Amino acid sequence: MIVRILGEGQFDVEDSHLDALNELDSAVEAAVDSKDEAAFGPALAGLLDAVRSWGTALPEDTLVDSDLILPPSDAKVDEVVALLGDEGLIPDAL
Amino acid sequence: MRLRRRVTARERCGSGTRSFTSATASDAGLKGATDAMSIMKRMSMIFRAKASKALDKAEDPRETLDYSYQKQLEMLQKVRRGVADVATSRKRVELQATQMQQQSDKLQGQAQQALGAGREDLAREALTRRAGLQQQISDLQVQHAQLQGEEEKLTLASQRLQAKVESFRTRKETIKATYTAAEAQTKINEAFSGISEEMGDVGMAIQRAEDKTATMQARAGAIDELIASGALDDASGQPSDDIARELEQLSAGQDVDAEIAAMKAQIGSGDQPKALEGESGASTDQAQAKRQQEGQS
Repeated sequence: MIVRILGEGQFDVEDSHLDALNELDSAVEAAVDSKDEAAFGPALAGLLDAVRSWGTALPEDTLVDSDLILPPSDAKVDEVVALLGDEGLIPDAL
Repeated sequence: MRLRRRVTARERCGSGTRSFTSATASDAGLKGATDAMSIMKRMSMIFRAKASKALDKAEDPRETLDYSYQKQLEMLQKVRRGVADVATSRKRVELQATQMQQQSDKLQGQAQQALGAGREDLAREALTRRAGLQQQISDLQVQHAQLQGEEEKLTLASQRLQAKVESFRTRKETIKATYTAAEAQTKINEAFSGISEEMGDVGMAIQRAEDKTATMQARAGAIDELIASGALDDASGQPSDDIARELEQLSAGQDVDAEIAAMKAQIGSGDQPKALEGESGASTDQAQAKRQQEGQS
C-alpha cells in the first residue's frame, strides 16, 4: 500500500504492516480526540517512524494516489482536527 | 526504466488499495460498526474526495488535463516564490542577530571600560543590558533554525512537484494521442488523482510556511523598529545611551587629567633652562620636539 506523509512524500509499505500501523494510528487518534498535545507528539512520531522504516520512498516522478495519508511531522492537534473537518486545510486541487 | 518503475508502482498501488479496503472491511466486520475509521484513512479519503469533485466538474476530460497542467505550473511558481520568501525572512533574522551581537559586544567592552575606571555601577548596568540582548539573540537563533527548516521542506516539495508535473505532462500527451473515450477516462483519473494529492500536499506546505513566516515578520519588524530608534544600536555614531555618555565623560575627564599632568611636567622641567639660556632655549625645545616627532613616526 502507498502511504503519504504530508510534507515528506510517499512510501510503499508492505500490506502485512497494516495491523501494526492501525495500532500506532489508534494512539494518534486517541490523542487527537482528547486534544492531548503531550501524548500526540510522541504518538505521531512513532507512526511516522514506522512508515519511514518499513516503507520504501517512491521515486519523485511517481503519479499515484495514496491509500493512507498522515499529518506532517510537526503537526499540532488543532491542525489535525482542522484537516479532518468538513472544509479541511487542503487547498482545492483543480 | 523509469516508466517501468512507475507502472509497477501503480500496479502495487492498485492491489494495495484493494487489499486495504478488504482489510478494513473484515476489520469492521470483526469489531462491529462502532469501530472508528483511522485518521490516516480518513485523511486519504478527504484528499480523494477533493480530486473526484474537481474531476466531476470537468466536461471534456482532455480539457481537464490541460487545465490541471496549467494549475500545476502555477503551483510550481507558488512554491518557488514560497522558497524565496522564506529565504528573505531567514536573511533578515540573520542580519538582526548580527546587529544584536555587535551591540552585545559593545556593551561587554563598555562594562570592561567602566570597571577599569572604577565604576562598578556602570559596568553592572552594561552587563544587565547585555544579558537582555543575549536572550533576544538566542530567540532569533531558534527562529532562524525554524525558517531554515521550512526553507528545506519547501525546496524538497518544489523538487517533488517539479518531477511529478513533468511526469504528468508526458502522460497527458500520451493520453491525448491515444484517445479512445473509455480508456482515456481511466488513465486521466489515475494521472489526475496522483497529481492532485501532491498539489494538496504542496499547497498545505506553502500555507504552513506562510503562516510561520508571517509571525516572524511581525517580530522582525518590531526588532527593526527598536534598532532604528537607537534603543539597541546607535548607527548615527552619537551616543544615545547613558552608559556611553557617562563613559565618554569619564574618559574625557581622564584625558583632561592626563593633559594637565603632562603640562605640569613640562612647566616643571622647562622653567630652569628657559631662565638660563634665554631665546636659544626655545630653539632647543623646537629641535627636541622635532626629534620626538621623528622618533614617533
